[in-house]
This record gives sequence, structure tokens and C-alpha cells, in this order.
Amino acid sequence: MIVGDGLTKVYGEKTAVDHVSFTVQPGRVTGFLGPNGAGKSTTMRMIVGLARPTAGRVTVSGREYRELPAPLHEVGALLEARAVHTGRTAANHLLALAQTHGIPRARVREVIDMVGIGEVADKRVGGFSLGMGQRLGIAAALLGDPATLILDEPVNGLDPEGIKWIRDLLRHLAGQGRTIFVSSHLMSEMSLTADHLIVVGRGRVVADESVASFISRASTRAVHVRSPQTDDLRRVLTDGGADVVVQPDGLLVVTGLAAPRIGDLAGDHGLRLHELSPQQASLEEAFMELTATDLEYHGSTS
Amino acid sequence: MTATDASPAYLPPAGNVRFVGVLASEWTKLRSLRSTVWTLLAAVLMLIGFGLLFSWGVVSRWDRLGPRERLTLDPTTISLNGVFLAQLAIGVLGVLVIGGEFSTGMIRSSLTAVPRRHPVLWGKALVFGVVTLILMAVASIAAFELAQTVLSAKAVSTTLSADGVLRAVLGAAVFLTWVGLFGLALGTILRNSAAAISTLVGVLLVVPILANFLPSDWRDHIDRWLPSSAGAALMTPHHTDAALTPALAGLMLAIYLTVSLAAAAALLLRRDV
Repeated sequence: MIVGDGLTKVYGEKTAVDHVSFTVQPGRVTGFLGPNGAGKSTTMRMIVGLARPTAGRVTVSGREYRELPAPLHEVGALLEARAVHTGRTAANHLLALAQTHGIPRARVREVIDMVGIGEVADKRVGGFSLGMGQRLGIAAALLGDPATLILDEPVNGLDPEGIKWIRDLLRHLAGQGRTIFVSSHLMSEMSLTADHLIVVGRGRVVADESVASFISRASTRAVHVRSPQTDDLRRVLTDGGADVVVQPDGLLVVTGLAAPRIGDLAGDHGLRLHELSPQQASLEEAFMELTATDLEYHGSTS
Repeated sequence: MTATDASPAYLPPAGNVRFVGVLASEWTKLRSLRSTVWTLLAAVLMLIGFGLLFSWGVVSRWDRLGPRERLTLDPTTISLNGVFLAQLAIGVLGVLVIGGEFSTGMIRSSLTAVPRRHPVLWGKALVFGVVTLILMAVASIAAFELAQTVLSAKAVSTTLSADGVLRAVLGAAVFLTWVGLFGLALGTILRNSAAAISTLVGVLLVVPILANFLPSDWRDHIDRWLPSSAGAALMTPHHTDAALTPALAGLMLAIYLTVSLAAAAALLLRRDV
């Protein structure tokens, strides 16, 4: 379990992380979602003690990371910034990390095979592709068979097969009761991997809830309705308390009333319906909607 | 929050960070980089090679030298002339032992595995220091013995058992190790290999030259306290009045190193990486 309490990081004039409080529970995959520059990486660096909070604190398994007697067994971390000496082989890199905790050589071999870099394990890391480097980083994170995994943008540089692999791995590890905290700026990725979301924008937490409730909260629950009696239906629905927008092609976009209620109202007034379809917001849309005011950089939204 | 979840908590394997583990890790790091092996080899070859070269030079010039010049030539000092170049190789390696971690980002992995941080610096200093000391002691003795074989052609050679000679030869190894560890401290403080190497060269080679431009009564007071002069005092068999005694020279070097490593440790602990 990771607990952040009023976590703040100020770099000169810029507040990268602004009084962030959150709890990452074991037994599920928690997504850490936010646009680039929202403070995700800085927060993760503070969790593993690489950056010191300006204010507040963060604990893993009840202790500050620096106080953990066996950090690699408690936390495995894959951070965004490069963290491997390019002149060393992958196997020696992992061995050097393992030796600090007395982790046996057999475990080094095990994680190498687990992430599928067996063929290049004895080659120097400088020649690795982005994907290979990412797999090595994941191997290092898994080395201590840790209770908590912190992965900053783990799918970066991975091929589709690798992405599927890491998704399954994270779900499997969460199923064993481990704490999994994964950051991403890709919302579609999070919707497939995460059970729970912590969403940040401009250094602040803007949502901390399950993926399902995040989507439903953000969704305006629009319902698309078509009818040959457009004007009559529109009047009935407006009287019933809905907001109705009529598209040029005759489609009514109804908000404020659920689909069953719309159907009932139409039936009560003897109006025919040709289409009645509730619209489900995607995680992407939910994110855009909820963080619109918090986004550091506004992208062009379609 | 308390752990009252229905799902059983995952228990990770046991095994804490221990200093012997950090030492093993630093040994793996040191031996697994080609640059380390090549630089150490270069230092050994420079030490032995230049000792031989200068000895041959003396032997070939011997018949043309006057009696005064012959008297000022010290066979131990001649054999240890390679220190001048070897110190650069060892110093650069000392910087790179930590500077390479900063430039590649490896330091983040190292400090995530050992978040108390200080053991990483002490582990590096101990492993690199011991490896360098042993290697340089062997190389210094080899340089000395090989040079004496050459010098014996003109009967100017000496032996390790002669007064102050063993201390001077091992003093060379100690000074070279000192340069390496001083480089390690500079690399940690500056976090940039190029800046640290420049500073190291400045302290070892440039500052003594600048000291020469001082008024002579100032220079006499300042020059002998410099690390380079203390090093020279340590590896000269015969003490002169201008230099520090070997014991005092060793003490000064120890003080310089302690202060620089303490600064390095304090900054390593405090800074974000």
C-alpha cells in the first residue's frame, strides 16, 4: 500500500506536485493518469526516495522508502528516466542490483527469461532498442519479487505483443495481493489495465475512484433518439426535464433523462421511435471532460 | 489504514540490504565495465613503462653527466616517474566510477536499491580504493625492480631494503589511490565527469604551477601543503627541508580526502537524482 499525504514538490517557481494525497490499495491495478507534465513522474520519484518532497510525505508499506530495510523486496520501480549504465551487460546490471539485497543469481536469470531478453542478456545495454530497454527496466523492477510495483509509462516502446504481456502480468500480480501503481498518459491503455484510477492534472488530484465510476461520473449520459415526429418528441422531452439538441439530420441528442424514461414518455404520448441508444462515454472522453480545466497543455480535441 | 482486506496480503521474500551486499554489487559494477579494466591496465603500463624509459634515458646519458648531476639522480625517484601520468588515468577512473552513473542515469537504480545512499559511496570508495591500492602497489614494486635492473648497468641502482625506499615505493601506490578516491569525491560533488576531471587536473597540475608565480616567501609556505607536493614527499626516499615529512604528508592527504569525501556524502544524501 502506498499512501501520499499532502505531497508537494516545488522546483524554483514551478509547483510540479501540489498537495497530493492518495492511497494505492493492494490487490488491484491502480492507474495513475494525467497528461504529460501533470506531476506523475515527480510523484513516483518521491515515492522511491529519489526526489525529496518540499512538503508532505509518502509511505510504502507504512514507512518512508528510505527507511525500508529491504527496498527491492518491498518496491519494484520502473521509472521513466533512463537508469542503466550503457556500458554494462543486462545480466551484470541486474546482478549488481541483486547483490545489494543478497538476491541469488538464479533469480536474475529468472527475471531475464520472464521479460524475454534472454538472447541479449549478455550484450551491453547501450545497443538495446527502446523496447528491450523497457523490458530490462521491468526485469529490474521484478527482481526482488516485490510487494509493490511502481511503473512509469511501462508500455512505452513496447510492441503490441509486449503491451498485452505487461497488461496480463500486472493483472496477475495484482491478483496475488500486490500493490500495482501504473502511470500513463494513454487513457485507452488504462481502461484496459486498471481497476482504479488516480487522475492528476497540473499537479493536483482531480479524481480518485474506480474506472467504472470515473467514466459514469464524467459521462453526461447523452441518449441518441430518432423519431419521425421530431418536433412533438422534442416538446415532450423538454417538458419532461431534458435538454434536447436537434442535429441537422434529425437526430435528437438528449441529456438529463435516462433511455427508459425517454421511451416511456414517447409511449405515453403515442410517439414512434426509430432509434433509442444510450451513449457511453469512453475513458478518453471522461478524462477530457474532467480535466479540461486542469490540463497543463490543451491539445486539440475533436 | 489497517490491512483488513479479504484478499490475503502478499508477503515478499526476505533479505535486507547489507553492506557486504553493497560491496559485492560495487565489485560487480567495477569489473563489468570495459573502461575500468582498460584504464587500470593503462595505469599499470604507464607506471612500469615510464619507469623503464627514464631509467634507460639515465643509463644512456650517464657517461656524459657531470659528478654533480650524477649525485642528484635518485634511482627510486627515477623508477617512479610514471606516477605523473598514471595519476591521470587513476584520477579519471575515480571520477568515472560515480560520474558514469550520473551521466547514464544508473545512479537512480543504485540509489533505489540502497536508498540510504551513503553505503553506495562508501562501497565504491572501499572497492575501488582496495583494488587500486593492491594493483598500484604491485605495479610500483614492479616498476621499481625493473628500473633498478636497467640502472644497475651504471651502478646507480638501489634496493627496497635501503633507507626510505620501500616507504617511497608504497607511497607512490598510496598517492595514486588517494588521487583515485579524490576523483571519486569530486565526481560525486560535481555530478559531471568533465567538470570533475578538469578540477582534478587543476588541483594536481595547475595549482602547483600557479603557486610558482607567488612571491617566494609565500610560495615556500604554500607549495609544500599542496596535495601534489605532499604526494611527492610521500614517494621520495630522502626527506628535504622544503618538503613535509612523510608522516605529515600522509596526514595532510588523509585530511584532504576526509573533507572531500564528507562533502560528497553530505551532498549525495541531500540532492534529488
